[in-house]
Amino acid sequence: MADQKASTSIEAVESGLAAQGYIASRQIATAVYLSQQIEKPILVEGPAGVGKTELAKAIAAWRGKKMIRLQCYEGLDEAKALYEWKYAKQLLYTQILKDKLGEVLGGAQTLHAALDQLHDFGDVFFSKEFVEPRPLLQALEQPGGCVLLIDEIDKSDAEFESLLLEILSDFQVTIPELGTVSAITPPTVILTSNSERDLGDALKRRCLHLHIGFPEQRLEERIVESRVPGISQTLRRQMVGFIHEIRSLDLKKLPSVSETIDWARVLVLLQASELDTDIVKDTLNVLLKYEADIEAATPQVTTFIAKAARSNVFG
Amino acid sequence: MRENLHRFFRAARGVGVHVSPAESIDAMRAVSQVGFSDRAVLRDALLLTLAKSQDEKLALGDCFDLFFSQPEPRQEQPESADQDASQDPDQAPSSGAASDAGGGPQQQELGPLAQMLLSQDRNAIAAAIASAAGAASLSDIRYSTQRGIFSSRILDAMGLQRLRDELDELTASNPALAERLRGALDALREAVRDTVSQGLALYAREEAENLRNDILRNAPLARIERRQVAEMRALIRQIARRLRERYSKPRKRQRRGHLDVRRTLRRNAAWGGVPFLTAWKRKHRDRPKIVALCDVSGSVAQVSDFFLLLIHSLHEVVDDVHSFAFSSHLIEVSEILEAKSPEEAMAEIMSKVGFGSSDYGSSLVDFEKEFMSTLTPQTTVIVLGDARSNNLDPRADILRRISERSKRLVWLNPEGRLAWGFGDSEMPRYATFCSVVRQCATAQQLERAVSDIVATYQ
Repeated sequence: MADQKASTSIEAVESGLAAQGYIASRQIATAVYLSQQIEKPILVEGPAGVGKTELAKAIAAWRGKKMIRLQCYEGLDEAKALYEWKYAKQLLYTQILKDKLGEVLGGAQTLHAALDQLHDFGDVFFSKEFVEPRPLLQALEQPGGCVLLIDEIDKSDAEFESLLLEILSDFQVTIPELGTVSAITPPTVILTSNSERDLGDALKRRCLHLHIGFPEQRLEERIVESRVPGISQTLRRQMVGFIHEIRSLDLKKLPSVSETIDWARVLVLLQASELDTDIVKDTLNVLLKYEADIEAATPQVTTFIAKAARSNVFG
Repeated sequence: MRENLHRFFRAARGVGVHVSPAESIDAMRAVSQVGFSDRAVLRDALLLTLAKSQDEKLALGDCFDLFFSQPEPRQEQPESADQDASQDPDQAPSSGAASDAGGGPQQQELGPLAQMLLSQDRNAIAAAIASAAGAASLSDIRYSTQRGIFSSRILDAMGLQRLRDELDELTASNPALAERLRGALDALREAVRDTVSQGLALYAREEAENLRNDILRNAPLARIERRQVAEMRALIRQIARRLRERYSKPRKRQRRGHLDVRRTLRRNAAWGGVPFLTAWKRKHRDRPKIVALCDVSGSVAQVSDFFLLLIHSLHEVVDDVHSFAFSSHLIEVSEILEAKSPEEAMAEIMSKVGFGSSDYGSSLVDFEKEFMSTLTPQTTVIVLGDARSNNLDPRADILRRISERSKRLVWLNPEGRLAWGFGDSEMPRYATFCSVVRQCATAQQLERAVSDIVATYQ
């Protein structure tokens, strides 16, 4: 019974994401389903532009939840990621309350008594009122849950990873002055990484590890179909076939799905009905981002178009 | 089935995927969500929870395919009943075998194993092998030498003894049937052998690899066999990765030092010394700069080869490396090593300077004449060689000047301490000017030596 339910649920995930314009492979759908069931974050790795960030957006849109995004960069620390005290507000309040302060302390006869009273008073300034929540804390405080996207975690420092561990495993954070804040509804957490550096084992252990590579030809055609509806079927097949040929070359940066979509849009704009050598050469800069890559690919264009056209006949 | 999953985790560890208890619990939870009915989904679920990198995913995927290509022990019966069936030959295994055996009246008296073999029911045989393999705890197999013993254990568990007795009887009473049975038994033996080999491939990888690596780490580099060179290179790369991980990370964190009081006060003079802006001392750290002089004459060449490979795979940790190779004279080899694969590079170096009789004196003269300027006060100079100069002038005075110009001078000698100073070894004379002299004959010693050198910069 459980098996039956699982496979239908995975299909439900697939169609749910598809409704948001995100065509997921079965592996991706399984990961999303599992992360929901066993409440674990997903760590998504893969080359740039294969839709890692899009996945989080699609999940948020599908579930109708708010998406909170934390973009990582070198030097990101807890003041920017977790919470910060509203220093200005604290200062302002102490200024305004100055007179009150006199009253409170007025009754104290000795320095010691004044200090005691001040202690009670001091805690007021380090209460929830004065906390400025940053993305991580915000995500925990959403009453209806949310999708928390921690983007490009590999760009942050190793220390920041450790900061995340508590959130990822228990969905809670500890603020020294306030205590532990637990999530009202555990958020769906997606972490993305371009593998710029190796992440720590502790972080990886807490996540489902999903690798999104370049999609298969059929899948990529479906992605183009959903993203660029105006494109004709023959052209779609040809261009995706052509891109798959390009990916077999030794290039500095291989074109990924986002480039495929851009190129499809360009071809539609130029009102091309099928690929030919001229139009490909003119628009190659949409696909390839380095001069050296374009130079390497240009001589192959004609052969690749022929190959892509031929695979069409059989496909 | 849980038993099977545990065996799979063990096999996964064998292919190098790190499966901690926590991860296996996660995998269990995931599997209980998706169930076993759809193999592709099960595969995805295990890959998602266990593998932590793309390489691990590939390895684990292969492992999964190999593991589940085995016939599974029968599911209808609980595990214990299964074992009973196979251990106790008197009890008929399961429905099919006995009924459709057919044939002569003698067959009715035969044991279950004989009947199963004669019936040629492949599924039943495969299932029986699998459950017998479970009874013989095949997953404990560690070394290829254990193949025989596990095969016979499995056959025993399937009731070989009774089959043999029956064969003896049949040879007299019904030779034709005995012949058939014998043929089937040979086929069975083969099938069991295959099962054991597969088990070995699945479960013994981890142990065998650890053992081999252990031996390799402590094997003398100079006398390594040709077929092991590739393995040793892989090991050296592993060592390099470990050193990189250890020494490239903490640099950033340690950069910021204490509060720089003087600069803070000066900077905040405009606010009457109230420290609005802070200034911090920055610890200055040198990246390791290494100049390596490697003897590539006959006896030491192999060690130099591995040493150069190690040093040049430490890009992230070591800022710049200048490598020089010498035997009778000295040349710079950094560019060759950077541009070519280790095998090609070493071949080229050898063709240029290798295999001469070593002359430390003139090699040092070459170095002083041309490359002395590569030395800075931040440089660590590493000399790798046995200091056997064929009774030629050792020119220890040049080594002294090298030592004075550099941060440290480390001498790595592949020979044992006992041999230093005997015969034409000039080690004691050179040792005077070295910061450290250490033996470096095995991969392990090599790792420690390089690790210590890099650590002085942290």
